[in-house]
Parts: sequence; C-alpha cells; structure tokens
Amino acid sequence: MMLDGLQEILFTLRQNKLRTLLTAFGVFWGIFMLIVLLGAGRGMQNGVLDDFGSDVLDFIIVWSGDTSVAYRGMGLGRHIRLDRSDVQAVSQQISGIGVISGETVLGRGLINYANKNSNAEIHGIPDEYFDVKSDVPFNLGRRVDPLDIDQIRKVALIGTTVAERLFSAGEDPVGKDIRVKDVVMKVVGVFYDKGNRGRNSERVYLPQSTFTRVFGGSDRIDAIWLRPAPGVDGFELEKKVVALLKRRHDVAPDDRRGVNSFNMATPAQNVLGLFVGINVFIWFVGLGTLMAGIVGVSNIMIITVKERTREIGIRKALGATPFSIVGPLLLESTLVTGIAGYLGLVFGVGLLELVAMGLRAAGTKLPYFMNPEVNFRVAVTAILLLVTVGVLAGLMPALRAAKITPIEAMRAE
Amino acid sequence: MDMIELQGVHKYYRTGDQALHVLKGIDLTIREGELVSIMGSSGSGKSTLLNILGILDGYDSGSYVLAGQQMGHLRGGEAARMRNQLLGFIFQSFNLLPFKNAVENVALPLYYQGVGRRERNHRAEKFLDMVGLAERRTFMPNQLSGGEKQRVAIARALVGSPKVILADEPTGALDSHTTQEVMSLLKDVHQGGKTIVLVTHEMDLASQTQRQIFLKDGQISTRQHFDVQPETVG
Repeated sequence: MMLDGLQEILFTLRQNKLRTLLTAFGVFWGIFMLIVLLGAGRGMQNGVLDDFGSDVLDFIIVWSGDTSVAYRGMGLGRHIRLDRSDVQAVSQQISGIGVISGETVLGRGLINYANKNSNAEIHGIPDEYFDVKSDVPFNLGRRVDPLDIDQIRKVALIGTTVAERLFSAGEDPVGKDIRVKDVVMKVVGVFYDKGNRGRNSERVYLPQSTFTRVFGGSDRIDAIWLRPAPGVDGFELEKKVVALLKRRHDVAPDDRRGVNSFNMATPAQNVLGLFVGINVFIWFVGLGTLMAGIVGVSNIMIITVKERTREIGIRKALGATPFSIVGPLLLESTLVTGIAGYLGLVFGVGLLELVAMGLRAAGTKLPYFMNPEVNFRVAVTAILLLVTVGVLAGLMPALRAAKITPIEAMRAE
Repeated sequence: MDMIELQGVHKYYRTGDQALHVLKGIDLTIREGELVSIMGSSGSGKSTLLNILGILDGYDSGSYVLAGQQMGHLRGGEAARMRNQLLGFIFQSFNLLPFKNAVENVALPLYYQGVGRRERNHRAEKFLDMVGLAERRTFMPNQLSGGEKQRVAIARALVGSPKVILADEPTGALDSHTTQEVMSLLKDVHQGGKTIVLVTHEMDLASQTQRQIFLKDGQISTRQHFDVQPETVG
C-alpha cells in the first residue's frame, strides 16, 4: 500500500516535471542560502575570535599607576606599587577567584645564544601564570613549575619569535643555555602566544624567584592576572579586587589611575554580542529566503489540488477516505521540500567545505575570516524545520481537498 | 429484504440567505435485487436523490437505511468506507481517471479496499473480460470509444462486489446502439443479483426496468411498473 502511494506521488510529480523542478529549486535555494550565510557568519566569528589570540576570554588584569585624586591628606601623583602581599591579600580576602598570578616585567633586554642575539621582553612569573594563560600552546618543552620557583632555578621559557632568531631551523632550543641580559639560563620550554598579532611571542619568561634574585626589585609586582572561578561574575570580581587594592594603598575609590584594571570579558562580550546580532540577522534573511521557497510549494500544492479536484471527487466516490486524500498530498509536499532541502543542505555544506579547504590549501589568512562551518545541530534543526514546513505547506491545500464533497469535486472542470 | 429505505427525506440547497427546497419528504423502499429507474424532468431532484442514495451528498432531515445500516450523519471516513463496500457508481460522463489505463481505472476501488497490486489487477482484468474489453485492458481512456469507456466504468462499479449499483444517466452520452449495449449489460448485472438504481429521462430505458419512480418538484408523484417481472414492491 505504502509503495503504491509513493508510486502514485512520483507519477504526479513526473506529470509536471518543470513545475516540480522550479518549486524544488525555491526550497533548495532557501536552504542553500541559509547554510552558506550561517557558515560565512561562523567564519567571521572564528576569524574575529582568532584575533583575540591565545587569551582566554575571561581574564582580568589589574595594575597600578600614579594617583590622580588627593586622598586622606596625600596629594595626587603618588606612585602606587603593588607587591606579592597584594596578590596574597586578594586571593585570601576575596572569594570566587579561579586562578591568580602576579607578573613582573623588566622591559626589553638582550638575549644571546652562541653568536646570535635577539631583543625580547623579560617577565618574571609564578607557575600559576600559565593557568591564567591556559590557551597558550607549548610547542616544545614545558611551563614553569613550583620546583623552578622553590629552587630558584635558572631556567627560561622563550617565545617562538625569540627561538627563531636564536636557533637555526631544526635545532631544538630545549636544554640549550642562552644568556638573558648576560645571565645564563637553560631553555625549558618554547611557547607560541598569538596575542598582540604574535608579538607576545617576543618574550622570555623566568621563574618569579629567579627573576627577583637576578634582576632585583624585591617582591615588586607589575600586574596581577586573575580568572573568576566557574559561575562567578567576572565584572563583580574585578570591582572587588580593585576596591581591595585601593583600600590597601589608600587610593581614593573614584581614582581611576592609581589602580587600573582591564577585563577581557568586556571586549569579548561586545564581540559575542555583535555576533548574536549578526546571527539573528542571518537567520532572518535565511529564513526569509526559505519562506519564499515554502510559499512557492504551498502555492503549487494549491494549484495541484485545484487541478485535481475532479480526480479527488472521483476517488472519493470510489471510496477514498479523507485521510487517503490528505496523506499523499502531504507526502508529496514533504517529499519535494525534503529532497530539495536536503540537496540544498548538502550543496551549502559542500561549498563551505570547499572554501575552507581552498583557504587552507592556499595558506592564506583573510582578515576576520576563518573556517566557515555549520555545526551539526544547525543542520539537524534546518532539516526538521524543512520537514515541518513541508508538511505545513501541503496541509492547507490538502485539508481543502479533503473537505470538498465528492459531488462538488466531480462537477469541477 | 429491503436494501434501501428512505423515510421523509428533505434536502435544501442554500445559496446566500435563500434556501431551495429540492427534496420534499421522500419515502422510498427498494428491495434487494430490484432494478429500479428514477425518472423526472430536469430540476425535479432526481440527481440529488441519487447523490443522497450514494452518500455523495447529505440530507437535512429524514432517515436513510442502506443494507440495514443507518446512513445519517456519517463522518468522512465512514461514508467513504460505505461507498467503497456497498455501492458502485456509473456516471453519465464516465469519470475515468485520464492518466490511468483501463485496468488501473477498474482496479481503483480495490486500491481503497487495501487489496495488493497483483490481486487488484487480476480481478480488474476479470471484470474487463466480463464487459468484453479484454483486449483493451492497457488502453488509456482517450483511446476508448464512449461505449467502451462506459463499459470500463461498469466494470469499475462491479469490481468491489458492492450490493447496490447507482447509475446516473449512464447512457446520456452514448448513441442509441451503444445505449442498448450498455443497457443489456446492466440487465445482465441485475440478473447476477445486484440491486440497481438507474436515473434516466429516457422512457425507453425506464421501461426496461422493473419499477419506475417519478419525481416531480422534489416529490414522488406516481409509481408505475411495467410487468417485466412480478412486482416486488412491498
């Protein structure tokens, strides 16, 4: 019976090849555009997020400067100096901190290996530092560990840019002794930080304790890096940390220079918000295009029913139940939308893959565009949407056909 | 046994706020195995009556019992099943599906009975054979003459083994020679034990039936019968 019904439908569709083809094309085009647009949107999103570099999107950085507001009898222009006790106080007095790390910066200095040299920013860091920068990949070797700190080991982590300048291609920097401002350090790891458009890789990291021992500065800290614990509001945390540091250093609460902070969540939120907007727009345009296709299907089904009114009347007289009239019509519209939509999906995803493959093969990096892709959930949603809409497109005309009495139907010419 | 029993059936056609009273209290009984004709001038309500008998149209009041079952207020699906199992239709304009060949047209009622394709075609061919169209089984309707089309339609009306055949001016579109062919075919069917209700305005045809029912202005005016066979009206 089922096969019989299907054959009937295929027969009707074959009767009107051009019409079926054009209708199907409408749906095909709708889904194709939706998928391509979504993929392109995702490609832009990937490209922009890539620009954030290796930074996690929720870190907060707090640093100090000169006061700009007179407070408690002290004039403005006073330099605020953070130290390790501040890091300790913050981590002890404020809850909701996931990771916290101080960072001391020396500025740029000469780095030598054999007869080659390079200029790099020298930082002193505790081993927690790379918990904050958890997305920084280590191409070779390892990160700083607690033993390096405890034993004040003379080890260094160098960025890929520094490694390229000091070592010839194919040479493994790990285990080699380099000189950092004339102090010999053993390279234990090579990292690549694409932040700052790769310039963050022009750095050398030393264990905090080693850094202090070699370059002085006692327990000075230039910046405090932290990340909120999961589920904690980063903006609230940022405010609390800044307020605590201001209290500890007698900085006026409204002083914006004495203690500064930057929360990565702000630009991240803006960009992600922008992409929510873009996505809404894409769905709006894509669904609009799809809707046009669906209206086409509905239209054709209305015409089909009108054309076949007499046939429907005859069939009813011979014993066709309303269901056996509605069923095939629904199946017909579902079949057309389903197959056309599926092809649209396949071609859309195919085009995106082709573009992504082309970009990868050519090795080009477009600004703000990377890996156009459509995720599986979206594809499944699109298919479900199509089938539902296909049924709906056929429903109205089909119900009309079911309601018409056989006598009326048979009178139609 | 009464095959068809109508009591006080009224039917109105409504257009806007005007109602046309088409059938004004029809009482009619047709026994099993009868060959009855319904006559009347155009507009007398005879087609409306046949449509009600065929459950193709509803009525406003009264009762209709077909083969012992109440036919009032059936839902779409039930009405369709009743038509499929109890009734066979023959129309003036044949009403064959133009894109199906003779066998497929004849087999259509069996499709709605859920009979498989092979069995359907086998039975359809048997009935085409019976109406003398064995060689035309793969012909499309537009390749058949008027008489042949009506014979296909008769085969289609019979294939589902209905209890009653309803024929609405079955020879209206045929020449006199073909008319007689079709009529004798109907009489053969009747001999086979089927109840047949024939709507016609041709006295000639009506006279070949056991009983004539005359409709005038939506009412049965007189009942006449020609003694083809002993009267069976109760």
